[in-house]
Amino acid sequence: MNYRMVLHMIGKIMLIGAGMLLPPLAVSVIYRDGCHWEFVITMAMFALCGALALIPVKKRELFARDGLMIVALAWILFSALGGLPFFLSREIPDFVDCFFETVSGFTTTGSTILKDVESVSPSLLFWRSLTHWIGGMGVLVFAMAIFSQKDARTTHIMRAEMPGPTVGKLASRWKFSVRILYCIYIALTVIEFVLLLFGGMSVFDSLVHTFGTAGTGGFGVKNASIGHYDSVYIDYVIGIFMLLFGVNFTVYYLLIAKKLRRAAVNDELRIYLGIVLTSAVLVALNITGIYGSIAKAFRYAFFQVASIITTTGYATADFDKWPVFSQMILIFLMFTGSCAGSTGGGIKIIRVSILVKSAVREIRRTISPRSIVTLKNDGKSIGTDIVRSVNSYFAVYMLFMIISILAVSLDGKDITTTVTAVIATLNNVGPGLGAVGPTGNFADFSAFSKLVLSLDMLAGRLELYPILVLFTSAAWRKSRYI
Amino acid sequence: MDIIIIGGGKVGRGLVEHLNNEGHNVVLVDIKDSVIESVQDDFDVMGIAGSGTDIEVLEEAGARKAQLVIAVTPRDEFNMLCCIMAKKLGTHACVARLRNPEYYKQTDFMRRELEIGMIVNPEFYAADEISRMLRFPAAINTETFAKGRIELAQIRVSSDSPLVGRAIWEIYAKYKVKVLVCALQRGDEVIIPNGDFVINSEDKIHVTATHRDIAKFMHEIGIDNQRLKTVMIIGGGRISYYLARQLLESGMRVKIIESRMERCSELAELLPKASIIYADGTDKNTLCEEGIDDVDALVTLTGIDEENIIISMYAKKLQVPKVVTKVNRLAFVEMLDTIGIDSIVTPKDITADVILRYVRAMENSSGTEINSLYRIVGDKAEAIEFNITSEPGLTSVPLKKLRLKKNILIASIVRGNKRPFIPDGNSTLEPGDTVIIVTTAQLKKITDILA
Repeated sequence: MNYRMVLHMIGKIMLIGAGMLLPPLAVSVIYRDGCHWEFVITMAMFALCGALALIPVKKRELFARDGLMIVALAWILFSALGGLPFFLSREIPDFVDCFFETVSGFTTTGSTILKDVESVSPSLLFWRSLTHWIGGMGVLVFAMAIFSQKDARTTHIMRAEMPGPTVGKLASRWKFSVRILYCIYIALTVIEFVLLLFGGMSVFDSLVHTFGTAGTGGFGVKNASIGHYDSVYIDYVIGIFMLLFGVNFTVYYLLIAKKLRRAAVNDELRIYLGIVLTSAVLVALNITGIYGSIAKAFRYAFFQVASIITTTGYATADFDKWPVFSQMILIFLMFTGSCAGSTGGGIKIIRVSILVKSAVREIRRTISPRSIVTLKNDGKSIGTDIVRSVNSYFAVYMLFMIISILAVSLDGKDITTTVTAVIATLNNVGPGLGAVGPTGNFADFSAFSKLVLSLDMLAGRLELYPILVLFTSAAWRKSRYI
Repeated sequence: MDIIIIGGGKVGRGLVEHLNNEGHNVVLVDIKDSVIESVQDDFDVMGIAGSGTDIEVLEEAGARKAQLVIAVTPRDEFNMLCCIMAKKLGTHACVARLRNPEYYKQTDFMRRELEIGMIVNPEFYAADEISRMLRFPAAINTETFAKGRIELAQIRVSSDSPLVGRAIWEIYAKYKVKVLVCALQRGDEVIIPNGDFVINSEDKIHVTATHRDIAKFMHEIGIDNQRLKTVMIIGGGRISYYLARQLLESGMRVKIIESRMERCSELAELLPKASIIYADGTDKNTLCEEGIDDVDALVTLTGIDEENIIISMYAKKLQVPKVVTKVNRLAFVEMLDTIGIDSIVTPKDITADVILRYVRAMENSSGTEINSLYRIVGDKAEAIEFNITSEPGLTSVPLKKLRLKKNILIASIVRGNKRPFIPDGNSTLEPGDTVIIVTTAQLKKITDILA
C-alpha cells in the first residue's frame, strides 16, 4: 500500500467532510437547540484529520488495492467522526450506538437504535438525514469531482464506491461524469422537496424526508415513519420518488441527452419495473383482507414494495403483522435491491438477472452438453469475465451473510429477528422483521452485534470488496510483492 | 479538445497517455473489452468497446462534436473508413495511419478528396529518422528544425573526451564554435544547463547549431565524423524498403538480409541497386559471410526486439562504427543504454510524436504556430520550433529583460535567409522569426515561456 498517497487522499476527503457539517450547524443556530458547539467541535476534528492532506507524496501512483483501502478507511473514519455530534450532545450516550447510527446514515441503510426519534434535537435529526443524502451518491465520488487528478488512477476509487458490476462513464473524464450525476441527483432532490411542500409537509420535514428518499436511506423524524402523515398524496410522491432514485442514473442522462433509443433498451430497468408491479399486485391481493378495499391495500402494498426494493426502509404500514406470503416477497425484494448505478443497495437487479440467466444456461447445458449459449443484456453479449465476477460476488455475499448471522445469533434473539437484522443491514434496507420490524429498532443488540451489523452495512454499501480488503494482510503491506 | 482515438494498440495507448496528460478529453474506441478495461484502469479517459466503423459507436463516442478523430487500428482501409464516417458525422479533423506503400503514394489525393487531415506512415517516419542518424553517425541521434537548417544532435561524452570536467562557458570560450548545449542527460535525470554547469564523462549532451557548425564542433573535440559508405540492414520489412531507398539515393551501398523468399524477390524488384540476401539474419555464420565486420553501419529491423538487440550487441563487439536498433517495446529502453546500444528507433514513439505535433498545431491554428516538436531524452524534455507572430510584451524585447520560466532555453533563432544564430541577452524575438526552444515544461504557445 502506498501509505503516503492513501493518507493524503483520505485527508482531502476529510476536508470535504468538514464542509458538510455546515448545513446542520445552520439548522442548529436557526432552531436554537443548543447543539451548535457539538457541530463546531466535530468540524474541527474533521479539519484536523484533513491535515493528512499536507503529507508530502513521493509516488502519486494508486493501484487497485490502494483505491479499495482509501474507500474503506475513508468511510469508517467518516462514520466514526460523523457520530461525534450525537455523542457530544449526550443524546446518544453510547459511542458504539453513535457509530452504528452514523454508519446506518452514510450507507443509506436507515436502521436506527433510537427508540423515540421525536425527542431528538432538530439539528441532529437533520444531520442524520443529510448523511443519507451524502452517502447515497458517495463521498469519494464527490471528492473526485473536486480534486480530480490527471495522473492518479481514480478509476479504482470510483469502481469501489459506485454500485454495480460495471461502472459506466458518461463523459471522457471522471470529473465531468460525476458532475453530470450530481446535477441529476440535485435536480431530482429539488423536485421531490417542492412536491412534498405542496403536500402540506413543513419545510423541515420535507427536507429531511427528501434526503431520506434521495439516498434511499430511510431515516425519518416521526416514530411512525411516513405513516404518521397518513396522506395518499405523500405516500405516492415518496413511493414514486423512491423508485426513481432506484433507477440507474445513466438512464436519466440518456434521456436528457436525447438518446432515447439507448435509454429504451435498458433491460435492467424493465425487469426492475416488472418486479415492482408484480410484487405490488401480489402483496395487495394478499393483504386486501386486512385493509378492506383493494385501493387501500394497493396503496400500502405499493409503498412498502417500493420502499423495500429500493432499500429505503420507510414504512406506512407495519408489515411485521402482514401474512407470511407478503413478508417473504418483501424479504426477496431486500436481496434483489435496485438498479446498478442508483443510490439503492442490495445485490442489484442486473446481478440477479445475470445470475438467473447463467443458471438457466447451465441447466440447458446439462440437457444438451454441446450447446453454445451466449448471455445477453441490453442486446449485447455479456463478457465471461462479468459473469464470473457476478457469480463470485454472490458467493462472497452469501458467505458474508452466513458469518454475520452466526455472529449476531450469539445475542440469543429469535431466528426471524437475527436473520432479518443481518439481511436488512447487509442490503442497506433498514427495518427487518420481528424485533427489528418497522416499529422496532436495533437498540437491544449487544455492542458486538452492533459492530458486526455496522460492518455489514459498510460491506453492503461498498459492495463487499473494500471491506474484505481490510482483512487481508497483503493489502496493508508496503511492498507490492506478496 | 475532444479527441476520439480508434484503436488501442501500442500507438493508440501512447497517444491516450500523452493527450490525456496534456488536458484533452479523450475517448478511446477499441473492439476488445480487455483493451478498454486496461486503458480505463490506467488513465482518466472514456472507453467504448465497439467498432470504429459503427455509426452508433461513433455517435456514442461523440463524433458529432469532436474536434479530432485519430484512427490507428492495424488495418489501413478500416482507418480510412473510420475517418470518412467521422468526418461525415461532423468531426472537425481526422488523422489516419496508413502503412501500405501503395496508399502512401497517393497521399495528396486522399487528403484532398477523402478530407483526411493527416496521413501518418510510421514506417516512413522511422526510416527517415534512421537515415538522418546514418548521415551523422558520430551523434547518437539527430533531429532537424527550420526545414533542415538547424540540427539537434545528441552526443555521448566519453571518458577520454576533452569536454570532461569543463564548465559549459569554458567549452564555448575554448572552441569558439557556435554551438549551444541545450540539454544534458545524466543517468535518468535531464538538466537544462546554464553556463556554469560542469560536464562529466558518460553524460549525453544535446547540442543545436547548423549542420556545419556541429560537424566542426565534433571535429574539434576529437569525434570523427566520417561518411558511411556501406550499410547492412537485417530484416526486409517496410522500414527497410523506405530506408534503403533513401540511402541508395544518397549514394550508399545497401545490403538487406531477409529470411522470406517472396519478400526478397519483391525487394529485389523494387530496389534493383541494393543487394538482397535470402538468409536468416540472426545466424552468426550468415552475418560473417556477408561481411558484418567490414560494414560501416548495421541497422537491425527484424520484427523481434530481442533479435535486434542481440545482433546489435554482436555488431558492437565487432566494432561496427554505427549500429541502429529498432525496439518496439519501449519499457526497457533505459537498460539498453548500459550495454552500449544507444541509437534506438521506436516507430510507435515517432508516430505518436508526429500526431502530437499535429494536435498541438491544431490547438494554435491562430497566432503562434508549432512547426516541429521532438521529445528528447525519453519523454523528459521537448525541443519545439515556433513561428513567431507579433506578441506584445514578448517580441522586440531584449531577452535579458524577459522573465522566463525555469528550465526554458531559447536554443536558436532563424531570421529570414540569414544564418541561424544562438541568441544572447541582447537578442530579441521578432515577428516572422522561427525559434527553437528546449524545455522540460509543456508549451502550447510561445507566450507560455513567460513566467
